[in-house]
Amino acid sequence: MTDSDQSGAIGTPLRRKEDLRFLTGQGRYTDDFNRPGQLHAYILRSPHAHATIGAIDSAAATAADGVVAVYTGTDMATAGIGGLPCGWGITDKHGKPMVEPGHPVLAQGKVRHVGDPVAVVIAETRDQAKDAAELIEIDYGTLPAVVETVDAIQPGAPLVFDEAAQNTCYEWEIGDQGAVDAGFARAVHVAKLDLLNNRLVPNAMEPRAALGDFDAGTGDYTLYTTSQNPHVIRLLMGAYVLHLPEHKLRVVAPDVGGGFGSKIYHYAEEAIVTWAAGQLKRPVKWTADRSESFLSDAQGRDHVTHVELALDENAKFLALRVSTVANLGAYLSTFAPAIPTILYATLLAGTYTTPAIHCAVRAVFTNTIPVDAYRGAGRPEATYVVERIVDVAARQLKLDPAELRRRNFIAKDAYPYQTPVALQYDSGDYFATLDMALKAADYAGFEARRQEAASRGKLRGIGIATYIEACGIAPSKVAGALGARAGLYEAAEIRVHPTGSVTVFTGAHSHGQGHETSFAQVVSSGLGIPVANIDVVHGDTAKIPFGMGTYGSRSLAVGGSAIVKAMDKVIAKGRKIAAHLLEAAEADIEFKDGQFTVAGTDRSKSFGEIALTAYVPHNYPIEELEPGLDETAFYDPKNFTFPAGAHIAEIEIDRDTGVTSVIRFTASDDFGRIINPMIVEGQVHGGLAQGIGQALFENAVYDKASGQLLTGSFMDYCMPRADDLPNFDVSNNVTLCTHNPLGVKGCGEAGAIGSPAAIMNAVADALAPLGLGPVDMPATPEKLWRLIQSHRPAQAAE
Amino acid sequence: MTLSVTMTVNGKSRKGAVEPRTLLVQFLRDTLGLTGTHVGCDTSQCGACVVHVDGKSVKSCTMLAIQAEGASVLTIEGLATDVLHPMQEAFRDNHGLQCGFCTPGMVMSAVDLVRTNPTPSEHEVREWLEGNICRCTGYHNIVKSVLAGAAAMAEAGGHD
Repeated sequence: MTDSDQSGAIGTPLRRKEDLRFLTGQGRYTDDFNRPGQLHAYILRSPHAHATIGAIDSAAATAADGVVAVYTGTDMATAGIGGLPCGWGITDKHGKPMVEPGHPVLAQGKVRHVGDPVAVVIAETRDQAKDAAELIEIDYGTLPAVVETVDAIQPGAPLVFDEAAQNTCYEWEIGDQGAVDAGFARAVHVAKLDLLNNRLVPNAMEPRAALGDFDAGTGDYTLYTTSQNPHVIRLLMGAYVLHLPEHKLRVVAPDVGGGFGSKIYHYAEEAIVTWAAGQLKRPVKWTADRSESFLSDAQGRDHVTHVELALDENAKFLALRVSTVANLGAYLSTFAPAIPTILYATLLAGTYTTPAIHCAVRAVFTNTIPVDAYRGAGRPEATYVVERIVDVAARQLKLDPAELRRRNFIAKDAYPYQTPVALQYDSGDYFATLDMALKAADYAGFEARRQEAASRGKLRGIGIATYIEACGIAPSKVAGALGARAGLYEAAEIRVHPTGSVTVFTGAHSHGQGHETSFAQVVSSGLGIPVANIDVVHGDTAKIPFGMGTYGSRSLAVGGSAIVKAMDKVIAKGRKIAAHLLEAAEADIEFKDGQFTVAGTDRSKSFGEIALTAYVPHNYPIEELEPGLDETAFYDPKNFTFPAGAHIAEIEIDRDTGVTSVIRFTASDDFGRIINPMIVEGQVHGGLAQGIGQALFENAVYDKASGQLLTGSFMDYCMPRADDLPNFDVSNNVTLCTHNPLGVKGCGEAGAIGSPAAIMNAVADALAPLGLGPVDMPATPEKLWRLIQSHRPAQAAE
Repeated sequence: MTLSVTMTVNGKSRKGAVEPRTLLVQFLRDTLGLTGTHVGCDTSQCGACVVHVDGKSVKSCTMLAIQAEGASVLTIEGLATDVLHPMQEAFRDNHGLQCGFCTPGMVMSAVDLVRTNPTPSEHEVREWLEGNICRCTGYHNIVKSVLAGAAAMAEAGGHD
């Protein structure tokens, strides 16, 4: 079962190297690791959304069979353990820092959401820990809870934190309000819409897990964890929570079963098992049940938005005015403050030339599970706002939605294009991706299909959404100015071994993205060696120089660029060695297809010969050059990358049941240069499924009175299943990123960004003949059935 | 209370001590160290834990270990020996997996589909996989893989 025959050229759909272990059950996920003498932790969580914590009686639990220790928030405080830090600070519109309440590892004094961790029981077996947790008695004093986004800012609403008046974390704005007002003043038409962006549960299939280990001989700690970014966890947990120096703390994120953002953050359980392992001098493991994941993984989206679009007599966009209330949940998750601001409002220009944009954001605390980045993170929310209001305007002006978009697209020759909301797009061709999608979706033939569906009693609709995405948040200096408390570069090491094979160490992390294959293709192409001779290593702070991890579709654009930079150093050194061996000037040495050649001659040395010479330096320029061939590079991007595209959904609504069927879904995207088209298509498919899931199925529902998560299992939260989705028609138009060496833009999130608006525009289109709508996500059968039932023929004429 | 349980797993007789409440998946993962079978939920919805018991696909989180007394259990580790099973090969050829977590359950479930229906339609594949959740692939390439795997299994002459 080897794969030595595979060509690794950039652009080939190479089968994945990692698949062999996954397909044979040899993948190694965090819960698959077991250490000798291992104990098991069970986290007791709050059953209340909001309550004071009185006395905690854990005597019976401590005495129970197999129990080794029980810890509460008081124990954590006594041990000097810090709170979970927030990695992004927002300055509000008055120049003041956001309200940043503490986030204890185990609740202290108060619980603020159902699932808030209150105590941990550590026992010989997981069942013993779980059984003992039931013996803990906690004197809760329940308090009124605030759950819904808009309720949080109502006068008299219960306060999640005393220091956050009206539950407000910050009020923030971007854009020129005066220019926007002027645009509206001269508008010929104004379209308005209220929108809800429903809260989602990420639900990576692998539940989170953490295994802490302590070596009493050396004082070294090791944490195995389900993370997208082990170095970030090491930094946050070491520096802020456990006060452990990095050189005594190793964080390993082995095979990780999906992340979608939810495994970026530093979670309490990671700190608990690491600390407890040191206390008890034994390894401590925690693995979430799915029910626990629902109550403890950061959730996504949850915006309430009002949007207005001003258009002139030619239907050109004059101004966009957006006001959003964003729900942050009960605590600030690691990157939460950045999502409804920096990653949202800056995207409101979309693919259009709208000259004036203003967005006001109010971020609020509620007694719900914290909200943070989920696939797309702010950008799906922005796309949803822009693309829904554009469609509303098209309908009101009786314009073809495709034509209205074309009329307002940024011109092909307008790059670099400066938007009124801070970003500068480097490249793109929105006309090309839209045309490609329209053709593939047979947009021109849609009316005939609508008629045919109507003859079967179905309401058929078509919906377009174009999108722009900003990936690879950068440069670090700009990110810092915007509130990031970390750098946003990436690191790579290329270790060339004496016989010419290569190990690549990347700070990016693969949890399904196939980096072991696509990164190997980059290196194979760059160094001219077979993919089989290249291993890509990630996910271990003891092996990787440093890394910021994988999120925001940054891996190839930022991590891949670091790899290219390290390869350049390898080649530069190789050229010096070759010049020595070939007795030529360094400037005359060319490197191509794995050969160092004296220009214009047939005298050359292979990459393998140079590698061997570097490690066996008998004939070597030892005075000027160190032996060895192992180079590290850090890459800090010059700008974001800007993937873009057009998605078209075609749906049918059954009038009798309200069920929406996705008949056809077309996505034409521009991700820049494509390394492995098979992997890129797969990324798009998965993103589309999550976006369609948001539009039609998924919704995190809390009981308004009690704050209980009503959709707390796969029996209640509707995950898209195989029989809910169609096959997808996916294509690409390439414009290269202008500022990174590979010309790549990133493809991980795009599917989830364009699709919700495309689906909901299609739903609106299907309902338009009945004069019904607008409908908020998710467009469930119940919602649509009720709406259709409410329809009376007299209302049908539009 | 512990009980002794004996079953054939991947062709070998395996014996272990379990509690009455121990699930088959816990026995496979924790007692036998067969960690290829995964646990993705606690409501028998996701199918990451699908194995074969006496030739039929079963969610191993929905069966007690002691219920498998005397049974023959096949896990993902036992599906292939020297070469990949045609269904595994099809998943690989068609990029039917990303993070790999749902994959063992998907493959085991798909093999059982082809046992009961050697030439499934796309619709039948999607219906059959209703009990296996994947969050990465959008199912497009899984469905493609299962159809290709079914064809390859037919060609291999009923290879199981």
